[in-house]
Amino acid sequence: MWPAEFDYTRPSSVAEALQLLSDNEDAKLLAGGHSLLPAMKLRLNEAPLLIDISRIEGLGSISNNGSLKIGALCTHAEIAASADVQSSCSALATATGMVGDQQVRNWGTLGGNVAHADPASDPPTVLVAFDANINIEGASGSRSVAASDFFMDLFTVDLEPGEIITSIDIPDHPHEGCAYVKMPHPASRYAVVGICVVLHRDGGSCSGAHVAVGGATVRAMRSPGAEAALRGSSLDDAALDAAAAALKDDIANDLIGDMSFPEAYRQEMAGVYLKRAVKAAGG
Amino acid sequence: MAVVGKAVKRKEDPRLITGEARYLEDIKLPGMTHIAILRSPHAHANIVSINSERAAAVPGVIGVFTGQDFMDVNPLPCPWPAGGVDNNLNTPRALEVEKVTHVGAGVAVVVAEDRATAQDAVELVDVEWEVLPAVTDAEEATFDGAPQLHENAPNNVCMEWDCGDQSGTDAALGSSDVVVKQRLRNQRLIPTPMETRGCIAQHEAVNGEYTIWMTSQAPHVHRLLFTAFIFGVPENKVRVISPQIGGGFGAKIFMYPEYVLTTALSKKVGRPVKWVETRSENYIATTHGRDHVTDVEVGANRDGTITGLKVRTYANLGGTLSTVAPGIPTTLYGRMLSGAYKLPNIYCHVTGVYTNTGMVDAYRGAGRPEATYVVERAVDLVASELGMDPVEVRRKNFVPADSFPYEPSGNLLNGLSYDSGNYDKALDMALEMTGYEDFRAEQAAARAEGRYLGIGLSTYIEICGIAPSAWMFGEGWGAALWESANVRMHITGDVVVTSGSQSHGQGHETSIAQLVADELGVSMDQVHVQHSDTLGTPFGYGTYGSRSTAVGGVAVWRSLQRIKEKARAIAAHEFEANVDDVEYVVNDEGVGVVQVKGSPDQSKVVGEFMGIATSAAGGWDLPGDMEPFLDETAYYDPPDCTYPFGTHICIVEVDAETGNVGIKRYIAVDDVGKVINPMIVDGQVHGGIAQGVAQALWEGAQYDENGQLVSGSMMDYAIPRADLLPSFELGRTETPSPNNPLGVKGAGETGTIAATPAVVNAVVDALSHLNVRHIDMPLTPSRVWETIQSRSNGGNS
Amino acid sequence: MKISVNVNGSAQENDVEARTLLVNYLRDELGLTGTKIGCDTSQCGACTVHMDGKALKSCTCLAVQADGCDITTIEGLAQNGDLHPMQQSFWDNHGLQCGFCTPGMIMTTTALLADNPNPDEDEIRHGLEGNLCRCTGYHNIVKAVAAVAQAGGD
Repeated sequence: MWPAEFDYTRPSSVAEALQLLSDNEDAKLLAGGHSLLPAMKLRLNEAPLLIDISRIEGLGSISNNGSLKIGALCTHAEIAASADVQSSCSALATATGMVGDQQVRNWGTLGGNVAHADPASDPPTVLVAFDANINIEGASGSRSVAASDFFMDLFTVDLEPGEIITSIDIPDHPHEGCAYVKMPHPASRYAVVGICVVLHRDGGSCSGAHVAVGGATVRAMRSPGAEAALRGSSLDDAALDAAAAALKDDIANDLIGDMSFPEAYRQEMAGVYLKRAVKAAGG
Repeated sequence: MAVVGKAVKRKEDPRLITGEARYLEDIKLPGMTHIAILRSPHAHANIVSINSERAAAVPGVIGVFTGQDFMDVNPLPCPWPAGGVDNNLNTPRALEVEKVTHVGAGVAVVVAEDRATAQDAVELVDVEWEVLPAVTDAEEATFDGAPQLHENAPNNVCMEWDCGDQSGTDAALGSSDVVVKQRLRNQRLIPTPMETRGCIAQHEAVNGEYTIWMTSQAPHVHRLLFTAFIFGVPENKVRVISPQIGGGFGAKIFMYPEYVLTTALSKKVGRPVKWVETRSENYIATTHGRDHVTDVEVGANRDGTITGLKVRTYANLGGTLSTVAPGIPTTLYGRMLSGAYKLPNIYCHVTGVYTNTGMVDAYRGAGRPEATYVVERAVDLVASELGMDPVEVRRKNFVPADSFPYEPSGNLLNGLSYDSGNYDKALDMALEMTGYEDFRAEQAAARAEGRYLGIGLSTYIEICGIAPSAWMFGEGWGAALWESANVRMHITGDVVVTSGSQSHGQGHETSIAQLVADELGVSMDQVHVQHSDTLGTPFGYGTYGSRSTAVGGVAVWRSLQRIKEKARAIAAHEFEANVDDVEYVVNDEGVGVVQVKGSPDQSKVVGEFMGIATSAAGGWDLPGDMEPFLDETAYYDPPDCTYPFGTHICIVEVDAETGNVGIKRYIAVDDVGKVINPMIVDGQVHGGIAQGVAQALWEGAQYDENGQLVSGSMMDYAIPRADLLPSFELGRTETPSPNNPLGVKGAGETGTIAATPAVVNAVVDALSHLNVRHIDMPLTPSRVWETIQSRSNGGNS
Repeated sequence: MKISVNVNGSAQENDVEARTLLVNYLRDELGLTGTKIGCDTSQCGACTVHMDGKALKSCTCLAVQADGCDITTIEGLAQNGDLHPMQQSFWDNHGLQCGFCTPGMIMTTTALLADNPNPDEDEIRHGLEGNLCRCTGYHNIVKAVAAVAQAGGD
C-alpha cells in the first residue's frame, strides 16, 4: 500500500511549522503518524505536503507545576509510564495505556490523538472528565480551548487550518479517586464504550463527581445528569442506578453504533460501565 | 533411537525465525512489472463502459487492460460440481466483461514499472456502471422477486442436492417422543492467512513456457488447471512454484482470477509480472468460508435415544463459483451429519445459492465444521428438551467401540465407513481432565451469586485424508486424489524425498523426515524433504483436508519399502546370500543395516558413504539386471478416508451485565490415530481451537443491504488475539486407523471442527436457567446481552 | 529525499520518495525481507521492528521519519551466528507454524521483555495484542516468551 504522492518537510520550531502551514494551504501535520498514515495508505486521505513536527524541541515533555502540562508530542507510552500522570491523573495513564497496542503507544502522540478525535479513542474521554485545556498556536497567536468544547463531533475539533496543538493542560484537580474503564471492540480495540469518573469524597458521601463518556457517542462528552445523581450520594446502589439512568438520557441524542454494537446496546453499556468506573475509582 | 512419536524440533524453523525464508512478496525478478487491479465497488452492476485513457497517460504505466483483452483465455473452471445433480455453473473470468456480481470483482488492470505507480494509475480508470439491486442472504436470494444474478440460474440456485433417507427420516420424526426444531446460522468467515495471496509470472516467448510463483497449497493442481482448463497448453509449458507460504487454511487451494490475469499479462507485456494482494483486497477477493442457514429437526425418545435428524440448508456460494465451491456444502457437509452417533435416520437437503457476496469455498475444516455444528447443537437441544445431561445423551447415542467399521445409516457416506474409534474413552478422559461433576457444583454455587458459568461439550468426528479417487469421482470431483512421492538415497547416504504435498506451516519437512529416519535408519539431518515445485516433485493433489500424512505420507512409506527391498537385494548379492535370508533392521543406535539373519558379522550400513547407498549409486556390482540407485516412486490411493474423533470441553463465564463471554478453560482430547510428532499435532490443535472459538464468539463477515462488506478490514473483522484466549489443556487417545499402514488419521482440522459447538454449547448452558436454548453466532456481547434481557423479561428462544 | 539510517548496526544512506514507508524501504531498498506486511491498517504487527530501541509497526512510519534513527530488524537479532534467545525459544517451543507473523512476534516480544523482564502469562498475552497469528492459537508463542523470561531474559 502506497499513499498518494506528497512532499515532506521537517521544521525545527513551531514558528517555522506555522509558516509552512500558512504557505501551503492543504498541508497536513505529521507527528506520530498513527492516525494519518493508515488513512493515507488506504487513500482515504491525502495531502500535497506533510509537515513533520515530531522533532520540534519542547513539545515532548511532561511537567507538573500545580497543573499537569503534557507536550503534544508525548507518546501514549510515555504518558502511561509517567509518575506525574500516574499520581495526579491516573485515569489518563490508564487510558493512554489502553490505546491500540504497545507498538502504537510507543509512537502515537497525544496531540495527534486529540486532533484526530476518533470518537472511540480513549484519551479524549479522560481529558473531558478532567476539564483539560488544549493549547493551540496559530498565526494570530495562541489560545486555549476546554476539552469539552474542543471535541465537537465525529472527527471534528475546534482547530483551524494553520493551527498546531502544542500541549494539553490538566488543571490541578484534587480528587479522592478516578478511573477510566472501557469495553474494547474485539477487532480494533477501540472503545465500544469508555467511561471516566473523577470522585470527590467527603467522608462516606460523594461531594462531587465528573463523569465523561466516549466510544458510545459522537464525541467525548460530560454527563451533567450522572454527575448530579452522584453528588451528595453515598455512592450506594440506588445512586449508581440513578446516575446510570441519567447518563443514558444525557447521551441519547449523541449515540453511535454499528452492526456488532448497536446504539441501544452501547447506551445500556454506558450505564453498566459508569457503575464499574465508580467502583474502580474507589466508590 | 526412534524419532517417530517424539517432539522433534522442526527442520524448517531456522530460516523462519531469522527472516531468511523467501515468501512470494520477497521475490524480485529482473525486468519485473507490477499491477494494480480495478475492482468493482458495486455488489451487482453492469459494466457500461471503461475508459483507461487517463490511467494509460501516467508516466511509468506500461499498459491498461480490460476483460475484452482476455477473451481468448477460458473462464475459470469449477471441477467439483455437486455430485449426481445438475449444477448451474457460473465462474469468474480473469477480468469480468459484462457484469459483476460481487464487490471486489476485477474489471481492469494497470501494468506499471512499480507498484506505487500502478496504484496511482488504477485510480484514474473511469468505469461507467449500471448499478443493479443486490441480495446477500442465501435463502432470500431464492425468493420470488429477488435480484437475479445469472441467466442460467433461476432463483439464483446453483444446485439442489440431498443425501440420506428422506421418507425414513420423516417417518421416524413422526413417531418420536419429542421433536426439536431450530434454525441455525453458521456465519460467513474470512480466512485471513497472515500472508495474503500473490503471483509472479514469467513467460518465455521463444518456447512458450510459463514459470509461475504463486501462493498455492496445491501447485500441481494449479498447473493442471492452467494447462488443461485455462490456457489449453501441454503440462510441460507451465511450471508452478510455491515459495514459502504464510498460511492458507484452504483459501490458497483455488484458482483465482488474479493468477490467470497475472500469467496472461506476462505473455502480453513480455516481461515478468508481479501481483501481491493487499489485505483490503484479500477481504473482498479471496474466498470466504461457511455461510449456511440451516433448519434442523431432531427427534428423540424419552430415554435420550435420537431417532432421526433432518437438515435443510441454504449454502451461500457467493456471486460466482470458486474452484470447488459446490462440493463443500454437499459431500463434505451432508455426508458427515451422523457425527459420532449411531443415528437410525438422517436426511439432508442442500440448496446452493448465488448471492451478491464474495466467493465461498473450502475454509479450515470445509463443510465438516458446519456439519459438526449442526450435530453437536442438535444433541444439546435434545438434552435440553429432555432435561438430560448432555454427556448422557451423547453416551447413549455414540457409535459403540465394537461397531467399527461403522457405516452410517441411509447410505449417508455413499459406501464409505468410519474406520476405528473409541468415543467413550476420549469423552471419559476429557471429563476427568475437566472435573465435570465438580464443575456442575461450582456452576450451581456461582448461579446463586448471579454469576453465569457454563460448560459445553463437542464429541466430534471428522473425515480426513480426503481421497479415495473413485469415490470422490462419484461425488462429482473431476480429478483424482491419490498422492505420490519419490525417495532417493544419494551416494553419501543422504535421502531426498520429493512429495506432491505442499507444506504451508504444517511441518512436512520434519514429520516426513521422522518417518524416513525411522524406516531407513538414517539421522534426521540426512533427510531432506522437498515440495512445492512442479518441476522437481511428483504429482500430488496438494495439502488440505488433513490429508498430507494420511495419503501423501503413505506414498512416502511405500517408496521406503521399495528402497528397503532393493537394499536387501543388493546386500544379498554382496554377501552371496539368499535375499530371503537378508533382513533390513534399524539397530539400537538408529542405524539402518542389512544383514544376514543369524550372522551379524555379515552386515552393512545402508545410509552412509561406502554403505549400500554407495553400492547402489555406483552400480559397479549389482545383481543381474538391477538398475542402479536407490530411487523409488510410489503412488497411494487409499481405500477409504480416515475418521479422527475426540471430545472438546469449554468452560465459559458470561458477564450477566454486558453479555461478554470469557473463556475460562478449554480442554481438548483428540484422537488423530498414530502420532508422528506430538509437538506438531498439538500445535495444529491449538490453532484450530483458536479459530473455532473465534467463530463462536467474534468472527463474522458482515454485508450491508447493498452488498458492501462492512467488516472489510482487520479493524472490523475480529481475528482472535492472544489476550482473548487462555492456554489450552490437551489430552490424547490413540486409536490407529486400519485404513493405512501408518495408522495415521490427520490432525489439521480437529480443533476448528470441534471447538465452535463446544463454545456455543457452553454459553447456552451458562444461560440455561433463563430458558435459553440457542443463540446464533458470533455470540457477541450485544447478542448475548439481548438474549439475557429478553429472557429475564419472560420470553423464550 | 536523502536519509541516513543505522540498520542492524550498519550505516545506510539512501534517496527515497517521501511516501516510501519504512517497511518498503527496509524490504525493497535494503533487501531486508524478513520484515513482513500482513495488513493495511496497523493491526497485524508482522512489520514490527525496533526504532531507537522501541517496537514500531514499520508500515505506519515513513522512511523519512526514520532519518537519523537506529533500526533493528529480525535479520539483526542473531549475533555472530548465534540465535537470539527469543529466536531459539520460538524454535524450541514450536512457537511458529507458517512463520509469516514470526519476525514481528519475535521483535515485539524482545521489546516486551526489555520493558518487563518477568511478565506473567496475562502480561505476555496483553503484550502480544498488537500481533496477530492465525496458526498457533498463541499457546506456544506465550510458552516461548515465558521460557525466555524464566531463563533470565536476553
